[in-house]
Amino acid sequence: MLKGHQSWSFDSKPVILSSSAVVGPFEGEGCLARDFDIIHNDLWLGQDSFEKAEQKLLEQACTVAIEKAQMKKEDIQFLISGDLMNQIISSSFTARTLAIPYLGIFGACSSSMEGLALAAQFIDSGSAQYVIAGASSHNAASEKQFRYPTEYGAQKPPTAQWTVTGAGAAVVGSKGNGPKVTSATIGKVVDMGISDPFNMGAAMAPAAVDTIEAHFRDFNIDPSYYDVIATGDLGKVGHQIAGDLLIEHGFKIPKEKFTDCGMLIYSKDQPVIAGGSGCGCSATVTYGHYLNRMKKGELNRILIVATGALLSPISYQQKESIPCIAHAVSIEM
Amino acid sequence: MSNKKNKKLTTTQLKYQEFAKEREPKRSIVKNCIKAFLVGGTICTFGQFLQWMFMTYFDFDKVTASNPTVAVLIMIASLLTGLGVYDHIAQFAGGGTIIPVTGFANTMTAAAIEHKSEGYVLGVGGNMFKIAGPVITYGVFSAFIIALIKMTITWLGGM
Repeated sequence: MLKGHQSWSFDSKPVILSSSAVVGPFEGEGCLARDFDIIHNDLWLGQDSFEKAEQKLLEQACTVAIEKAQMKKEDIQFLISGDLMNQIISSSFTARTLAIPYLGIFGACSSSMEGLALAAQFIDSGSAQYVIAGASSHNAASEKQFRYPTEYGAQKPPTAQWTVTGAGAAVVGSKGNGPKVTSATIGKVVDMGISDPFNMGAAMAPAAVDTIEAHFRDFNIDPSYYDVIATGDLGKVGHQIAGDLLIEHGFKIPKEKFTDCGMLIYSKDQPVIAGGSGCGCSATVTYGHYLNRMKKGELNRILIVATGALLSPISYQQKESIPCIAHAVSIEM
Repeated sequence: MSNKKNKKLTTTQLKYQEFAKEREPKRSIVKNCIKAFLVGGTICTFGQFLQWMFMTYFDFDKVTASNPTVAVLIMIASLLTGLGVYDHIAQFAGGGTIIPVTGFANTMTAAAIEHKSEGYVLGVGGNMFKIAGPVITYGVFSAFIIALIKMTITWLGGM
């Protein structure tokens, strides 16, 4: 149901029946390793290209999530998935393998929550009984596409982020036990004129702030409603900017509640500069770490604000600035 | 950022960029320069050592020794790139590993490795010069212009 200007409240409370997170070796060394279902030791996952490796990550994430829900892939009506590769090949090729009716989405790194919001909407509107939402990214595959070859020796600035190698998936159903998707806020594209692809945090922060404010305005609640408000992949730099921007707008979120998936996934001594990024960042942290914590009873209400930078390698070369978006999804126990 | 580009931005955008800039960690130019000098200098000293070696133990003079010297440096840089070490050194060294011939070798090797999955012709062949290409294009072009200038001066009796 439409709430306010740009939000949906899911009155039937679609349930996340199961979720999964599959990651690469570097993420396996990070702080959240225990929350991941599969940790691969090989960045290539035994494939002959990084693109195929990313596809395998997503396939595994979907398969594991379906297995954990004790279902068969035939029971799932729709797959909604997105990734960062050109023409979202990881998602589409995964859909080819799984043979589940498929809708591909592109919201850059916000695809994870875009997918979850749409999945919940499908269930809430009665368009489906079971939907699986997935998202993936692969460090080397996206470096190759968006920046330089992985082994190229260019010094990255302190604002640069590290794309997460990982995929997450969640099976959403109309009834059952588990965390419930209660509402979502669809963000609008915000462009503050930043054109440096090594400074995604600063580019995306205003989009996150816009969506957060819209969410609380539309539902007429305040931040105390949630135990955690986590942005997708702003990293250290973007998180700081977003926090200060919210304060400047007279909107205060307590420091201990406001965090960022890109700051959680890696440990402090890993050389990821400003933190993690990519679809896989918010997907693995939400579907692995946060849902686990909710099931353990540590958290009751969380708001995930997945942020995405909607640039392309061509738009960047043509000196276009980076349009950004953020989608918020509220999950409650 | 140029003024021309700034004109296209609205005041809100400009205000935000200033706001964001205050919160972005700065790259220390002095520290980076020192690191680049030390690492770059080490590479060049090693090159000097190679040249001396080729002149002392092999049959090369100062001019002809430059070819095997560069070849050895390129091979080492390519090997380090292939082993996945070069980019880590470069993150520390910055310009120190880009400027010497080793940086050039790294651009080509890195691109070649990266695009091997698209095949040897379209992948490796087509992308090997992806980063090195502009350097060669404008290097050759500017050499041509300089040659023209020199010829003109010589023709006018200047040299």
